[in-house]
Amino acid sequence: MNEIAELLQKDARLTPEDIASMLNKSVEDVREKIRQMEDDGTIIKYSAVINEEKLPKQKDKVVAFIEIQVQPEREKGFDAIAERIYQFPQVTSLYLMSGRYDLLVVVEGDNLKDVAFFVSDKLSTLDNVKSTATHFLLKKYKENGTMLFKQNKLERLNVAL
Amino acid sequence: MLRFNNRIEQMPPSGIRKFFDLVIDAKDIISLGVGEPDFVTPWHVRERVFYSLEQGRTSYTSNWGLMELRKETAKYLKDRFAVNYDASEIMITVGVSEAVDIALRTILNEGDEVILPEPTYVCYRPLAELAGAKAVAVSNPSFKITADDIEKAVTPKSKVIILSYPSNPTGYTIDRAEIEKIAEIARKHDLWIISDEIYGELTYEKEHFSIAAVPGMKDRVILMNGFSKAFAMTGWRLGYIAASNDFLAQAVKIHQYAALCAPIMAQYAAIESLQRGMPEMEEMKKSYWRRRNYMFEALNKIGMTVNRPEGAFYIFPSIERSKLSSEEFALGLLEKQRVAVIPGDVFGLGGEGRVRICYAIDFELLKECVARMEKFIKSL
Ligand SMILES: Cc1ncc(COP(=O)(O)O)c(C=O)c1O
Repeated sequence: MNEIAELLQKDARLTPEDIASMLNKSVEDVREKIRQMEDDGTIIKYSAVINEEKLPKQKDKVVAFIEIQVQPEREKGFDAIAERIYQFPQVTSLYLMSGRYDLLVVVEGDNLKDVAFFVSDKLSTLDNVKSTATHFLLKKYKENGTMLFKQNKLERLNVAL
Repeated sequence: MLRFNNRIEQMPPSGIRKFFDLVIDAKDIISLGVGEPDFVTPWHVRERVFYSLEQGRTSYTSNWGLMELRKETAKYLKDRFAVNYDASEIMITVGVSEAVDIALRTILNEGDEVILPEPTYVCYRPLAELAGAKAVAVSNPSFKITADDIEKAVTPKSKVIILSYPSNPTGYTIDRAEIEKIAEIARKHDLWIISDEIYGELTYEKEHFSIAAVPGMKDRVILMNGFSKAFAMTGWRLGYIAASNDFLAQAVKIHQYAALCAPIMAQYAAIESLQRGMPEMEEMKKSYWRRRNYMFEALNKIGMTVNRPEGAFYIFPSIERSKLSSEEFALGLLEKQRVAVIPGDVFGLGGEGRVRICYAIDFELLKECVARMEKFIKSL
């Protein structure tokens, strides 16, 4: 990965000035490179990593991981069925997998019934879907490389020569 | 009356009492005074030690250290620094700190002189004095010591030259051509060389060149290195000496009686670091490099002028424009802006007029420190 993208991925609030100085580049070059990456879709958007458990109690969301076995279509493979699925706003992530099943769908809903209905009504009824297996999420420990539980703050000495 | 050893009694405590007493317990300060990585030892290394504990590896090891570690260390030195040592020429120690003590005690007699380029890390002078020798400081205004500077200090009593590069506190190193000249001087005057290369892995533009790689030098070079800095393992207390069998046959007597062996847990951690820790090490190094670049630019902008450091994670800017002494500057900055830096004179000859900043802290905090230092300078 290029170094500017790497830095921004870790901390999207770094300014072009900071990045330029860290990487020994000119501020203009860094701005230009960021603009390019925004234009060509390398940088999709800037967002904060939120630990939702810390937010004031909202209505609990339900997250499910749904394994789907599908019959791939001639010429289109898995892409056509994938598109049918990922267009649903309830679907937050979708992956094509190797192994026992084909598609892994991550679905978010307001409650169990919602998700169950989505699976039985929308997913399992799609042509080419052979079977589904739904797993509800119980607890998140780490997401996208970020540990969601506060690590103990490390004590360091103030001075060490 | 119970009495202490005279040499110990006469030895001043490290650093500047007044300043360090203020800093040590302060809670609401940002400290740029910590000489260690801001990374925790990588998880795979910690996890490897859980396993060694499960297996019940809690015993003494050979005085020399685990053979597997000595072999890995020899291989590492060859791969990274092109120096050739057999596993039998490696002795595992309790950090480079113990290695320095052992090396000095192994070679020094009462009245010998130790040639010590300063400013430098604080342990060499007191340990040399404790061994009955006299430390003779040499310095260069550029902080890049030359063979000439060293040769001028040679007397019939000279016994050893201590090289510690890349340097704590300056971050500068000595280039290959000069190292070769220094080697020549050591040969000419029949001197030992103690080379503390603990920051050897952390060099940014140029590759580190070890004086042990100069042909014909192996017998007089006592090379030491450790895991504290590059592998983020300060608390494990692990280092090593690479030197001739003749030297080690003497040195091991001290190590055997004073330490017996380095902790076995730390030795397993070190094996893991050498076998699988290079990618993380490179990542950490990259992150120091970025912060070095930032600090070099930022400090010059606020009038704390400095040449670009070449390695380690320190920068040693001038505070001349403040018209304060190093200690006054550090005290003032601490009191007014709650930022701790180390007064340069602590590191010996040539350090006055400078402060040591360790930039191995969180980038946002580093920026905050620069802003506060700028405010402090403007308020003078
Ligand atoms: C130049 C130098 N040598 C040795 C040490 C101590 O290393 P260790 O942790 O291996 O005892 C330090 C620590 O700051 C250092 O800067």
